[in-house]
Amino acid sequence: MGTKQAVVVGLAMLVVAATAKAGPPAGGTISGKVTYEGTPAKMKPIDMSKEPSCAKMYTTPPLAETVVTGAGNTLENVVVYISAGAPDDAVPSTAAVFTQKGCRYIPHVLAFQVNQEIKIQNEDQTSHNIHPLPKINREWNKSQPPGTPAISEKYDKAEIFPVKCNVHPWMHGNFAVLKNSHYAVTGDGGAFSLPNLPPGKYTVTAWHESYGDQTQEVTISGSESKTITFVFKAKPY
Amino acid sequence: MGKLLAIVLVLIAVLSAYPIVAHMFVLPEDISTHGHAIDDQLHETMLEAGLSFVGAQIVLAVFVWGFADRKKGSQLKNFPGGAKVAVIAAFVLVGTEVLALGVLGQEAWAEVYFTPAKPNAIQVQVQAEQFAYYFRYAGPDGKFGAIHPDKIDEGNQNYFGLDPANEVEARDDIVSGELVVPVNREVQLLMHAKDVGHSFYVRELRLQQDFVPGLDLSVHFTATKTGKYEIVCTQLCGLGHYNMKAYLNVMSEEDYEKWLKEQAAQ
Repeated sequence: MGTKQAVVVGLAMLVVAATAKAGPPAGGTISGKVTYEGTPAKMKPIDMSKEPSCAKMYTTPPLAETVVTGAGNTLENVVVYISAGAPDDAVPSTAAVFTQKGCRYIPHVLAFQVNQEIKIQNEDQTSHNIHPLPKINREWNKSQPPGTPAISEKYDKAEIFPVKCNVHPWMHGNFAVLKNSHYAVTGDGGAFSLPNLPPGKYTVTAWHESYGDQTQEVTISGSESKTITFVFKAKPY
Repeated sequence: MGKLLAIVLVLIAVLSAYPIVAHMFVLPEDISTHGHAIDDQLHETMLEAGLSFVGAQIVLAVFVWGFADRKKGSQLKNFPGGAKVAVIAAFVLVGTEVLALGVLGQEAWAEVYFTPAKPNAIQVQVQAEQFAYYFRYAGPDGKFGAIHPDKIDEGNQNYFGLDPANEVEARDDIVSGELVVPVNREVQLLMHAKDVGHSFYVRELRLQQDFVPGLDLSVHFTATKTGKYEIVCTQLCGLGHYNMKAYLNVMSEEDYEKWLKEQAAQ
C-alpha cells in the first residue's frame, strides 16, 4: 500500500472505531403486555364532599384506581421489573416526581431506584399530609400546606409499599423502590418494554397492588427482542 | 370620681344587654323537631341571667354612687349581718336560678336523649375517623353486614371493613361520605369511632354527640326542612380536626328513594 492509501485506511479505521464506541448499546429487549382474566371489581366513585376545593375540580367524581383496566382486558399500573440477573445500577441524578392534585396522587404508582431523589409536590389549595407506609424502610409522614416547596426524600432499600394521605382518607398511591434501571409501569394498553439488557438469564417480576406478583424467567443471548405476557386473576370484590 | 364609676357601671350593663334584647344575634335556623325546646331553654337562660346581671350591676352602681367620695374620718357602716349573710344570700339567689334552669331544661334534654328512637326510624351507621365521617345504609335487604377491622382498606374505599366476597348482607350495603336523609322522617344514627374521640354536631339540628372510642352510641332526630347542612367535628382529634366535616343532605322522600337506587347501582 502507498502512504496515501495507508492514511485513508488508517482514518477509516479511526472513524469505525469512533462510531463503534458512540453507537447504541448492544442489548436485548423484553417487552409484552399485562392482562387479566375473570371479572375485576367495579371501581366506585370517590366522595370528596368534605374537601370542596378538590371536589369542584371534577364534573363527575373520579373513580378509585386500585384496579384500572383497558380494552382487551389489559391492566394498568403494573410494575414490571428485573428482580434477578441484573446488577444494581448507579443512582440517577434526576428526581422522580409525585404530585398531589385534585386530592389524588399522580402517578398512582411511582417507580424509582434505591437512593434516587423523589420530589413530592402539592398543587392543591388544601394541606396534605403524605404518609408512605413501608415495612422495611423508615416510615415518616410530612405535612405540606399549599404553596410550599416540594418535599425531597429518598429510600435506601428496595421495597414496594402503599402511600396514603392522613388528611384525606380516599387518597391512595404506591411507591416502587427498585434496585436497577430496568423497570416499567404499564399504562393504558397494559404494555411494557425493558430495553438495553445485556445477554444473561433474567427474572422478570410483575406486581399489581390488588392481584399480587408473578415472575417469569427470560434468557437474552444477544440483541433480540423477547415478548412475554403476564395474566393476572381478577377478583370481583 | 366615684360617681363617674357608678355611671360607667350602669352604661356597661345596659350597653351589653342591648344587643341581646334587640335580637341582634340571630340563632341559626331550626330544622329539627326538638329544636324549639333547646332554643326555649337558651332564651330562658339568657333572660334569667340577663335580668340578674343588669339588676346586680344597678345595685352595685347605687352603692358606689351613695358611698363614693366619703369625707375623711366618716364612720364605716357594715352590711347588717356582715359578710356571712351576703354569701348565704348569694348562694340562695344563684342556686335557685341554676336549679330553676335545670328543672325547666330537663324536658328538652329528655326529649333528645332519654326517649328511644321510633321502631320505624331509618337507621344509618356513622363511623368517625381521622379525618372524615362515613355513613352506611343497610341497603335493600335491610341488614347491615358485619364489620371486620382487619379488612379495612381505605385505598379500595372499604372504610367499614366489609366482606362482600363472603357475606351476603354486606353486598348491598351503601357507604357514603354524605349523610342523606328524607325530610320529616325519624333517623337513628348508630355511631362509633374508628380511632380517637370525635364529635357529631349539626347546629341547625340542635344536635351534638361525642364519639367515644369503644362505645356504640345512638342519637335520633327528625329534620323538618330540605337543604344541605354542615356536620362538623367538635372534639379535637388530631392535626386534621380543623378540616373534618361532612354534609347532611335533607331531601324529599322521592329524591331520597332515587338517591338510594343510584347508590345501590354503583
